Amino acid sequence: MIVAKQKPFETIYGMVAPNKRIMLAGCGSCVTVCFAGGEKEVGILASLLRMRAQKDRKDLDVVEATIKRQCDVEFIDELKPKLDGVEAILSIGCGAGVQYIAERFGKTIVLPGLDTTFLGVTEAMGVWTERCQGCGDCKLHLTAGVCPIARCSKSLLNGPCGGSMNGKCEVSADTPCGWQLIVDRMEALGILDRYEQITPANDWTASRDGGPRRIDREDLHEIK
Amino acid sequence: MKSNSRLEAVLAAGKFALTGECGPPRGADPGAVAKKAALLLGSVDAANVTDNQTAVVRMSSMGASLHVKSAGVDPIMQMVCRDRNRIAMQSDILGAASHGISNLLCLSGDHQKFGDHPTAKNVFDLDSIQLIAMVKKMRDEEMFLGGEKIKVAPKLFIGAAENPFAHPLAIRVPRLAKKIAAGADFIQTQCIFNIEQFQKWMKGVTDRGLHEKVFILAGVTPFKSWRAAEYMATKVPGMDVPAALVERMKGAPKEKAKATGVDICVELIEQLREIPGVKGIHLMAIEWEEIVPEIAKRAGLLPRPEVA
Repeated sequence: MIVAKQKPFETIYGMVAPNKRIMLAGCGSCVTVCFAGGEKEVGILASLLRMRAQKDRKDLDVVEATIKRQCDVEFIDELKPKLDGVEAILSIGCGAGVQYIAERFGKTIVLPGLDTTFLGVTEAMGVWTERCQGCGDCKLHLTAGVCPIARCSKSLLNGPCGGSMNGKCEVSADTPCGWQLIVDRMEALGILDRYEQITPANDWTASRDGGPRRIDREDLHEIK
Repeated sequence: MKSNSRLEAVLAAGKFALTGECGPPRGADPGAVAKKAALLLGSVDAANVTDNQTAVVRMSSMGASLHVKSAGVDPIMQMVCRDRNRIAMQSDILGAASHGISNLLCLSGDHQKFGDHPTAKNVFDLDSIQLIAMVKKMRDEEMFLGGEKIKVAPKLFIGAAENPFAHPLAIRVPRLAKKIAAGADFIQTQCIFNIEQFQKWMKGVTDRGLHEKVFILAGVTPFKSWRAAEYMATKVPGMDVPAALVERMKGAPKEKAKATGVDICVELIEQLREIPGVKGIHLMAIEWEEIVPEIAKRAGLLPRPEVA
């Protein structure tokens, strides 16, 4: 899923403070699962904003609205009837959601309440970690199912740097060395000999380096 | 000969090589690096010129290599993958070769987190093995990585680093094999303090005959103080310093600390020379270049051989 975390409250309050009436828009997908921007977080954040405005003796009306997905127009349009008098929409969806809402409502200011961080997994309650960078050219079959691009701090494709110690990355004691994980799994699978195959210079055109990406599947155009 | 490198000539002649290190200054002073090179002149066959090591901004490796060369020392220009993509790297390789720089050491590069610009974006378009392969392609196939022909190819002696002590240990010999397969001509290792562990690695290397395919220079560094020893033992990623060495430094009286550091370094060199497959020493006396002639002399590495 897309993992995000809320911006510091004071930052959010600073963004919305110039407005008298805002909509706080949550999203029912990834950010609900990672407890950053679902219906529950909308309720809590809305209350905090109201209380803070009251303390500052400011008028701040917060309209709460959580839709199923902020990345689909059909759901975004559900927000329309609630937009009367709304000066700004504070989205606590991911960066894609914030932008898609902005595209749909050209005359309303849209503000981000989250920092969208990575594609990852829930490792434990309250702990999420990165697994994928969406490079557009998956190589997991070559690296025993562990991604060196996402999990090595230097995205090295031919093995660990000299800074791997006791299974940890030199960058942080909390970060497992991606290549240690790859080698461990290659050993467990009995395919460590594959490590010696040289991975040539990567073609990054399918990644962000090739410019904003687009997938267009004609076979789906006609499906309603 | 693949290049005009003095280091290559020494190694190809079967002589035991000695390389040093010249860290570029944190400024535009041409004298700083020339002074360091002058201290090494005659005591080493070539000197590494680091490329923004520990991700701290310094004079460029290429710029400083030219000063080193002017001072009469054969520079080993270091190039890291952290700061440049393949376009900039190939461009710098051509520029360096055009100025007569003949050695290139290909490295991943320390993460920017450790440096003075931790908020920087890193590049890592290539990794060190892909960089080695690219330089080899430029030299031997006279082609850019993109496949176009190079008019005058860069004649470089290609180096790589290896850390026998980093984890996972299981792939440390295979990783060397990959670097050789990619095109490395010589290897400089991480600083060695744990001789036993290094011997284990070298046994793995010689068992596969890899020492016949690449020149391995064993890395050493003298301790200036027990604090320096302890810092290396505990704070430097990928360093393996046995506690006994730190204790020996700690036990030395303050006025004898440097001498003890030199003693240890000379002893390590003597032990490393005896290990089959070791073809030279890479002596990293960082910010202590003036000690290099003394260590080289005491280790029996002077005079340096004359080569054509």
